[in-house]
Amino acid sequence: MSLTHNSIADVPAVSHKFGDWLFFNVTRAFAALTLVMLVGIIISLVISSWPALQKFGFGFLWSRDWNPPIEQFGALTPIYGTVVTSLIALVIAVPVSFGIALFLTELSPVWLRRPLGTAIELLAAVPSIVYGMWGLMVFVPIFSKYVQPLLAGTLGRLPLIGELFSGAPLGIGILSAGIILAIMIIPFIASVMRDVFEVTPAMLKESAYAVGSTTWEVVWNIVLPYTKVGVIGGIMLGLGRALGETMAVTFVIGNSSSITGISLFAPGNSIASTLANEFGEATPGIYTASLIELGLILFFITLVVLVFSRLLLLRLSKQEGTKT
Amino acid sequence: MELLRQRQIINKAALALSMAAMAFGLFWLIWILFTTLELGVAGLSLDLFTKMTPPPNSSEGGLANAIAGSLLLVGLATALGAPIGILAGIYLAEYGQRTWLGRTTRFVNSLLLSAPSIVIGLFVYAIYVAQMGNFSGFSGVIALALIVIPVVLSTTENMLNLVPDSLREAAFALGAPKRIVIMKVALKASMAGVITGILLAVARIAGETAPLLFTALSNQFWSLDLNKPIANLPMTIFKFAMSPFKDWQELAWAGVFLITLGVLGLNIIARILFRAKHKL
Amino acid sequence: MNATNQSLAMNEPTTTLEAQMVFKNLDFYYGKFHALKSINLEIFKRHVTAFIGPSGCGKSTLLRTMNRMYDLYPDQHASGELLLDGQNILDRKVDTNALRAKVGMVFQKPTPFPMSIYENIAFGVRLNERLSMYEMEQRVEWALKKAALWNETKDKLKQSGMSLSGGQQQRLCIARGIAVKPEVLLLDEPTSALDPISTMSIEELISELKTEFTIAIVTHNMQQAARISDYTAYMYLGEMIEFGLTDQVFIKPKKKETEDYITGRFG
Repeated sequence: MSLTHNSIADVPAVSHKFGDWLFFNVTRAFAALTLVMLVGIIISLVISSWPALQKFGFGFLWSRDWNPPIEQFGALTPIYGTVVTSLIALVIAVPVSFGIALFLTELSPVWLRRPLGTAIELLAAVPSIVYGMWGLMVFVPIFSKYVQPLLAGTLGRLPLIGELFSGAPLGIGILSAGIILAIMIIPFIASVMRDVFEVTPAMLKESAYAVGSTTWEVVWNIVLPYTKVGVIGGIMLGLGRALGETMAVTFVIGNSSSITGISLFAPGNSIASTLANEFGEATPGIYTASLIELGLILFFITLVVLVFSRLLLLRLSKQEGTKT
Repeated sequence: MELLRQRQIINKAALALSMAAMAFGLFWLIWILFTTLELGVAGLSLDLFTKMTPPPNSSEGGLANAIAGSLLLVGLATALGAPIGILAGIYLAEYGQRTWLGRTTRFVNSLLLSAPSIVIGLFVYAIYVAQMGNFSGFSGVIALALIVIPVVLSTTENMLNLVPDSLREAAFALGAPKRIVIMKVALKASMAGVITGILLAVARIAGETAPLLFTALSNQFWSLDLNKPIANLPMTIFKFAMSPFKDWQELAWAGVFLITLGVLGLNIIARILFRAKHKL
Repeated sequence: MNATNQSLAMNEPTTTLEAQMVFKNLDFYYGKFHALKSINLEIFKRHVTAFIGPSGCGKSTLLRTMNRMYDLYPDQHASGELLLDGQNILDRKVDTNALRAKVGMVFQKPTPFPMSIYENIAFGVRLNERLSMYEMEQRVEWALKKAALWNETKDKLKQSGMSLSGGQQQRLCIARGIAVKPEVLLLDEPTSALDPISTMSIEELISELKTEFTIAIVTHNMQQAARISDYTAYMYLGEMIEFGLTDQVFIKPKKKETEDYITGRFG
């Protein structure tokens, strides 16, 4: 008889229990490490910025002073720069990305969809330093010579918003930084939106076409409402990226730590660009601590935005899960 | 009839705008890539790979030390971060689907995936550089590794989730213990995807500048000592591009070209690899 | 020996029947759902036992208790007794890895591992035995021959197992299962994803394998059960309705429900 007849208990197999136990715990430890990382970032930044937290308190958030020689620091200018550049980026990038996603999902001939979609995704992978350097060397000169005078001459004359487009056309400044950011996040938001649009069941769209809807009506009345949670999630994800972006902004924002008016032509500073420019020269002590506190604020703002966006995207994928 | 015409006009207008948006998006991106190509290729020469970064206004010079430093940093960071990401990804896909730790890690990882890289740099500065008292190549490696982990983790998890359970059951049915089922069968089945994830992570950190600002810093000279500041492409480009010196700016373009080429190349290889695998 | 067994033995007096697996009041639950209700059954050594019944009747579930596959899922559990060669395998102390080396399984869809044909077969063997390279080659050849796959694959053992056709893949999975030299082979609708010709070759294979292995097969194809099995169990809604010699179950079923199902009036 070719078969062995041991009872199961004394089959000579090595006991795998210990190996499995070890493997399980190793993987679990590394998973836990990821959690520890998030907590670790917050704790270490709080500790490192403690001198500044103690000295300036909450006033740090709305003080406009940024004066290293007399050791007076306030975060308002960089926070303002961060928020405004990101908002400019969104104002430009969201409609454009929506158009691109619409084109890629509904309009483009089928043979073009994949190459164009891939191109957009690849461009989302281009390192931000490329955008920054291109912005400084190519975009800024053209922008100051042709576009800024044009904006000042048209939008600049309107009441209310005119102020935003006034001042010397330096090229570098908050508006340029916002535009470069927009160019950078367009591929990013567009590819998320396209993925989200593709979640819409074909049956739903076909039913709408079947009652005679136009392409636009299907997208506006069916696809967009169906995917709105995901669309907002994607936009927030882009916002998170814009808020924390360093290189694309640092090159072109002008690095000025005082706000002189509301003109978008004026140079400014974002949190990330302040860190990039000043950290190397900062003296240890309150200066460094203040810079790290800026980083903490940035982390906090992006975390809020990212949590919000991930929750929305999660909701869309759950909805998708229950529908299929 | 009137209504129908109105609807059709709106539709045409919207579709035209959508096409304009596509053109608008591509316009910038093509311009940027074209400039990079044009100025980058102009700056290409053998010197780029053999000579050190020069002082300002000297006609001789290259990026050899920066290229070597970047390769070293990226290589070590990947070697350090990828295994951690893979193991943590295995936990999420194979053990932690329904556990508290699994769910929380998955969410936190998605946050870290898009957390500003400059904050990662600050974190490593705070826990390592400030403690050791000097900027160092090794701190740059840690910072980049921390960016690798979430990328590799999430692709590993996604790829393992694509492996059908029947394959795992078949391995269990032969009496294989769980770790062997995972490593020899499930992970092997998703190898192409995991490698894709690693390549994407490499592409991501190859161009990262912000996390190196407070860690590896830069170095004008040839040095592979991980306890000292180390030259690398992104920081060199940053410094050279912001400078007023023409020759430095030319080198910066050459550097940007190399990085873009590398990053896009890696992305394309990753895609081809993934697609080839998933057509099978 | 219980009553059923005695009556069966009378019908087939020439073969000595030895029970390989014995179910005693086995209950099975998916969470709160009571999927198997007090199953009593004997599976005889080196015979083919077929499980038939409408989908959802619990026949696959029954198969999955026999190698404790359900252990992989935390909300599934079994109670009662299930003896393999006299030992209760539901006992917590039983090592499931060792159990599964003795009770092999082949699934509905072919599940070749992402490795070469050779490695597919060697995979399970390596888990349990340390063989020299020569011995391993012998074992792989033996298993492939048993699974009637040797002639088709002997020149391409290094090729990926996924490069084979569906029917070949399924025979590869059978070869992989028997390479470990189990005592029992569980087949969970092994031909449901295959074309008629591949199905026929698998059926022939099963008839040959029963000279060495105890085989339990789940099938929704009644003709298949009639063709290849020695014993047939008809299950419905988690209960064992009828069990007996295949000829008897198909020609002269004792229960009305069985007859209805077999004659196609139901299911």
